[in-house]
Amino acid sequence: MEKFYQYLGKRLFWYLLTFVVALMLNFFLPRAIPGNPVDALAARMMQVGITNADAMAKVYENFTKEFGMDKPLATQFLIFVGNLFNGNLGRSFSQYPRTVTSVLKNAMGWTLAIQIPGIICGWILGNILGAVAAYKRGVFDGIIFPVSLFINSMPFYVMAILLVYFFSIMLGWFPTGGGYGTNLFPSFRWEFIASLLHHYWLPFSSIVLVAIGGQAIGMRSMAIYELNTDYVQYSKLMGIKDNKIVGYVFRNAMLPQITGLIMSLGTMMSGAMIVEIVFGYPGVGHVLFAAIRNNDYPVISGCTLVITITVLIANLALEIVLGLMDPRIRAQQLEGG
Amino acid sequence: MKNTLRTLLKSGRFVTGFALLTLLLLFIFIFPMINTSDPKEMIGMKFQPPGDKFFLGTDNFGRDMILVLAYGARTSLYVGLLAGLIATAIGLTLGLIAGYVGGVTDNIITAVTNMFTVIPSFIVLILIASALKTKSSTLTAMVIGFTAWPWTTRSVRSQTASLRSRDHVNIAKISGYSTARIILSEVLPYIASYVVMAFTLQVASGILSEASISMLGLGPQGVISLGLLLQWALAFSAPLAKAWWAFIPPAIMVSMATFSLFLMNSGMDEIFNPKIRS
Repeated sequence: MEKFYQYLGKRLFWYLLTFVVALMLNFFLPRAIPGNPVDALAARMMQVGITNADAMAKVYENFTKEFGMDKPLATQFLIFVGNLFNGNLGRSFSQYPRTVTSVLKNAMGWTLAIQIPGIICGWILGNILGAVAAYKRGVFDGIIFPVSLFINSMPFYVMAILLVYFFSIMLGWFPTGGGYGTNLFPSFRWEFIASLLHHYWLPFSSIVLVAIGGQAIGMRSMAIYELNTDYVQYSKLMGIKDNKIVGYVFRNAMLPQITGLIMSLGTMMSGAMIVEIVFGYPGVGHVLFAAIRNNDYPVISGCTLVITITVLIANLALEIVLGLMDPRIRAQQLEGG
Repeated sequence: MKNTLRTLLKSGRFVTGFALLTLLLLFIFIFPMINTSDPKEMIGMKFQPPGDKFFLGTDNFGRDMILVLAYGARTSLYVGLLAGLIATAIGLTLGLIAGYVGGVTDNIITAVTNMFTVIPSFIVLILIASALKTKSSTLTAMVIGFTAWPWTTRSVRSQTASLRSRDHVNIAKISGYSTARIILSEVLPYIASYVVMAFTLQVASGILSEASISMLGLGPQGVISLGLLLQWALAFSAPLAKAWWAFIPPAIMVSMATFSLFLMNSGMDEIFNPKIRS
């Protein structure tokens, strides 16, 4: 267990470093581009001056003051980080005077509620399908492989558009969008919960289906590789039962699948974010989309930050799981330094 | 080379993928030659259904859908190809240097690469794309390429590192060849098939990235691309209008393009990677 804590410490340090880099990217990258929204803002401030009574000018002025936009970039970054740790991401331009934090807090709940279960379900089902396809081969594999590959070839949101078109519009089984019925207020009443679930089902399915596609392909090739290894051949010769061998194979093939999930989680979460746009589902993706259209810079920046942080935390959690499950990783970590 | 091609033709997946891609290329290059009208011309009403006049109906602007589709696919493939080239070039260069040179250089490149595999590249793409005022399709492709290199770097590095201590590389070292020459003549040929495979995946993911970034409203401007077609269809509520021809064909086109590349990649994997051959 001591080794595990050493591993944990190293990973924590590593993710902290990555977090700092991500913060710097979030801050400096948009500002490094000529004509970027922040420059444009500053320029507009100069033009407008203090005498202008325009309401928008006040909004920008507030932003400028709060984020010290008249100070050098490095100082601005420190102010940005300081504000961030106080939970202050500025105020939305388009929904002034609402704070970015309050806009995101609402949206984040919706996003997490749909993405985490969606990705986990898709991951589990995809792995099972992939393993079965690798083991059974034949017709089963002949169907699963191309179908999974095709689903994996679609942009994330295409599945969402197709589901809306067939199930909501053609068949009328589900609502076409939103998080709950427009005539309802959030409450713990049965009516509201039913509406919530009714709206949840399609976006959830589209996230699950896409995740199944990607995971099944990965698991299938991992499992085929494992099935050809010496230990499997040897176990077969020893007359060990098939079920037991499949168990060995599954465990060995699953570890790289967790690593694979760590590497693809960012893509999956960004993809699922766009699914929200298709469904008008009130999560971070929806907020980001509106912010881009309204040139609402503080909200755009807040959305990218909050998604990055979520991906980092989820990945750290996965690495901890991986460390607990696979003794080789802990050993390797300590050797490799 | 000839042999490689012959082996590739034995893979059903590679051949299917290749055939699909060829069909797509034929459509996007030959069709505009037959129908030479300007794709941006609004010649019909909004969402006219498929019929005699318009084979695939019209889009939200009243443009001939099938013509718009050909031009859109052309842009999307161009963006994917350029993004794939850039990402592969960066990934290959960094991966070869890290894997072959080793030491501190390797540590730095690996650390940076690891960071960028955890930080979602799509978010970096949004950050850059939302700050750019105007975006041509070339600029869009460049931004996608510059954010997509990490996993290519990662895999090229590990492949190169495993070659570094092979006998033929050691002999080249003893013979006093320069590092650049050893990398080019003793390392690169051994990972060439792998690089081609990584490149097809990068092109596919470039096409998908264009489709995604366009859906967010951050796509290329002043052109027609498959992502933009989908974004417009959705912005004009094509599904609600039951105008399936406005979004299903571009959705199929994007998926076909990436599917054909994925199939080719998987076919090459079967051939070049005997361990998963069965």
